[in-house]
Amino acid sequence: MWSRFISRRVLQLIPVLLGVSFIVFLTMHLTPGDPVEHMLGQAGRVSQQQVDELRSYYGLDRSFAVQYWVFLSHAASGDFGISYSHQGRPVASIIRERSPATIELTLFAFLLALVLAIPAGVIASLRPQGAFDRIATVSALIGISLPGFWLGIVLMILFGLRLHWLPISGRIALGMAPETITGLAAVDALLTGNAPAFWSALRHLTLPGLVLAAPMAAMVMRMLRSSMIGVLEQDYVQFARAKGLPETMVVGKHALRNALIPTINIVALQTGLLLSGNMIIETVFRYPGLGKLAVDAIGAADYPLVQAVVLIYAGSYVLLNLGADILHAVLDPTVRPT
Amino acid sequence: MTEGSLLKVSGLRTEFATYRGALVAVDGVSLALRRGETLALVGESGCGKSVTALSVMRLVRRPGRITAGKVMFEGQDLLRRTRREMQRLRGSRIAMVFQDPLSTLNPAFTLETQISESLRVHRVARGREARERSVELLAAMGIPSPSERLHSYPHELSGGMRQRVMIAIAVSCSPDLLIADEPTTALDVTLQVQIMDLLAEIKRTRGLSIILITHDLGIVSQFSDRAAVMYAGRIVEQASVSELLGRPLHPYTEGLVGCIPRLGRPDVPITPIEGTVPDLVRPPVGCRFAPRCPRATDRCVASEPPDYRLESDRIVRCYLHEKSSLASSGEETG
Amino acid sequence: MTQTLLDDQLIGTTAATAPGLLRLLARNRAALVAAAVIAAFLLMAAVAPMLASHDPNQQRSESIRVPPVWQAGGSPRFPLGTDALGRDLLSRIVYGARVSITLGVIVVLLTMIVGTGLGLLAGYFGGWFDAFVSRIVDVLLAFPFLIFALAIMAATGPSLTALVLALAFKGWVDFYRVVRGDVLAARGAAYVTAARGLGASTAHIIFREILPNVVPPIIVVATLRMATIIIAEASLSFLGIGVPPSIPAWGTMVSDGRADIATAWWIATLPGLAILLLVLSVNLFGEGLRDALDPRMSL
Repeated sequence: MWSRFISRRVLQLIPVLLGVSFIVFLTMHLTPGDPVEHMLGQAGRVSQQQVDELRSYYGLDRSFAVQYWVFLSHAASGDFGISYSHQGRPVASIIRERSPATIELTLFAFLLALVLAIPAGVIASLRPQGAFDRIATVSALIGISLPGFWLGIVLMILFGLRLHWLPISGRIALGMAPETITGLAAVDALLTGNAPAFWSALRHLTLPGLVLAAPMAAMVMRMLRSSMIGVLEQDYVQFARAKGLPETMVVGKHALRNALIPTINIVALQTGLLLSGNMIIETVFRYPGLGKLAVDAIGAADYPLVQAVVLIYAGSYVLLNLGADILHAVLDPTVRPT
Repeated sequence: MTEGSLLKVSGLRTEFATYRGALVAVDGVSLALRRGETLALVGESGCGKSVTALSVMRLVRRPGRITAGKVMFEGQDLLRRTRREMQRLRGSRIAMVFQDPLSTLNPAFTLETQISESLRVHRVARGREARERSVELLAAMGIPSPSERLHSYPHELSGGMRQRVMIAIAVSCSPDLLIADEPTTALDVTLQVQIMDLLAEIKRTRGLSIILITHDLGIVSQFSDRAAVMYAGRIVEQASVSELLGRPLHPYTEGLVGCIPRLGRPDVPITPIEGTVPDLVRPPVGCRFAPRCPRATDRCVASEPPDYRLESDRIVRCYLHEKSSLASSGEETG
Repeated sequence: MTQTLLDDQLIGTTAATAPGLLRLLARNRAALVAAAVIAAFLLMAAVAPMLASHDPNQQRSESIRVPPVWQAGGSPRFPLGTDALGRDLLSRIVYGARVSITLGVIVVLLTMIVGTGLGLLAGYFGGWFDAFVSRIVDVLLAFPFLIFALAIMAATGPSLTALVLALAFKGWVDFYRVVRGDVLAARGAAYVTAARGLGASTAHIIFREILPNVVPPIIVVATLRMATIIIAEASLSFLGIGVPPSIPAWGTMVSDGRADIATAWWIATLPGLAILLLVLSVNLFGEGLRDALDPRMSL
């Protein structure tokens, strides 16, 4: 029952991924810039033969359809080709090198957003129009109206330059990088008992994480609050009280569980936006992750790298939605596959 | 009042804040329930019977508020108890069954979860023992294959079964008092009888006292010992069921009884009660039923009659019966 | 005082409580303030040449990095200070409103027409068309907006048309979904069946019967999309791939000011504040519209 549900969903993902890869491929090949020129830019005068050799080496002399087919068949086995702008290093390895930073930042922002939004949404819903609710609602409105890049700069100025509380760029203080186990600096530091490295990593994550998390926290909080208000009026909540359950259980178990159901979709949507917001934030904070990699790669017309990054983003988004669907079925027995 | 009172409500007053002013849904309600008795609280929609029940359990939520009165349960005033104490009381000493079992059971949890959490919170049983007890309860309520049913979700059950589950949850911790708020209104007629029979049976086997809220006089006559008739937030008549239905004293009760069609007597006309219920934000100065009462006098319109105590334990709030009263009951009119 | 004894019973209508009504009024008041702010921005954009005391592009090497008037070293000649090239910030911000608002309106109109059109067709005719467009929507949503925008701008170079296209790329989806949903619901509604029974043509039903009912949510979506587009355009300009640098745009200004955040913080901060103010007002106004026009969408 569950396996059919999941496998059906997974099959639906494939056309989406294909569509995305096609669009990227198309777009990159329509760009007038010639990757070979980029590569040879600094090399001075080169002969036409060298240009042709390079082109054929990278398979750029074949037709569009062939190139796309080659790309697909290789991608299926994990080979994303070699990067034009990184001296022919395999794309896969470049990505493997830069992803942990982005994964860590995204994960941090995700958790931060939920930790802020869920309690706030619940507490706000307990007394609508009360003091807390008003503050939360206004904050949320501001949260969705903030331009991320600007918030980043303002926080940089305030906490980095004026108060000197937090660092404004990079992942970790120079020379403090912990042993690599998972690739996530803070986690690795924790695992190796390296307290100073842990704090340094955490401090570096704070500002970019906060900026990334803000719009998501705002939207999730609003959705949860509204959902909770509706749920708290339901008969089963009153019945739970009539059973003599403590109020914390009534709200935290009976009400919240049902209120989370519609909130999942928003969480999934917003997490998807975290991925794209990443690129701007990484640029603002000079955070060495995939986002910055992508921005640079497009500038250099590095097709394989761009393709791979886009596929990763799209794949994550699609898996996220799958996760949301599954979570939906877990929380709401009425939609489960029977 | 008399000894053996399990529950004694005096002068209960519950208000709701509306943009037009305070709506007094329960205005000076007094009633008493003896141990082992079934008291029916009767009235049309909107007369305040559900709010009375919620007030007894202190489940009235904002913008509603209990503003006056006493609710003596086993010698203690519930309105003076702390929230913690009330929470411990609910479900374990006083339990409530609601009208629509589909909306009252949480759709996200299995029956097992919903039954055993009561047992756990009130320290009756835990873990495996709780599960076993839940199965016993379901079986006692007449639910087939109880141990499989335990893992079902509310939406997988029929209406009748859901109501049985709700009753099972209500009696799971052996309460003394059960308040049933229109337990059969959402069910069809055959199920109504089954559920009422079930209630009668558990009352017997578990020694429950029941407050039965209903607008159905048929259920009142078949299943209750005493009845209190409510109109516009007040109790207008209280008596044993046989007296009330056989010889109604208050004009409103008369009107209600007159609305019942008689089987086999198609010639007897059904006399509806003219008019509509009063505005509870600005209620009439005098008797609330006076505008619709065929026997109202000027005195009725000018001032509110008090509760008159009559023989055979009857109480009527009507000037017509002033002469037969034993003594004024002295209850405030809120 | 006469009593109207036939008044409706109020028990049960506890929704009409003092707090509920106050809330509606409060929201409306906020929305009105927001509308006033939006009007102010519109005015500002419209009469920019008259409002701004300086040419926004004029560089003055003798007045670079002048602080705003309330700080030490500031001067009333440049109320909000100047940037690294000596350009008056206030004038640039005023002119920047033009770009943001114009682009926003164009993109929203474009996406509204496309999204509504597709939504009407998909919702009413269903079938393979609906399935086809839904597939496309799935793919589009999976595509990171920024990358597509980057790719297009890298491909075509700085051009306003490309910018509009990049911004409109995913924008129509919201309109599509809302319209499609409403049309699907309306398709089975009584008034549609009645119209068909009276011999109305398909075109008539779509445009004269269904569309008018779908207009309120469209307006709400349009307003809320406007806010998103303004931020998106500013983000692209910030990254350097939005509005060409010769045109004053808020996002570009913030980017220009990055180098000086340690000393001349106003260069990057103040233009961003303008974005925040405008977007906040648009969002607030949009929510007010939603409460008034389509309460079921309310949060």
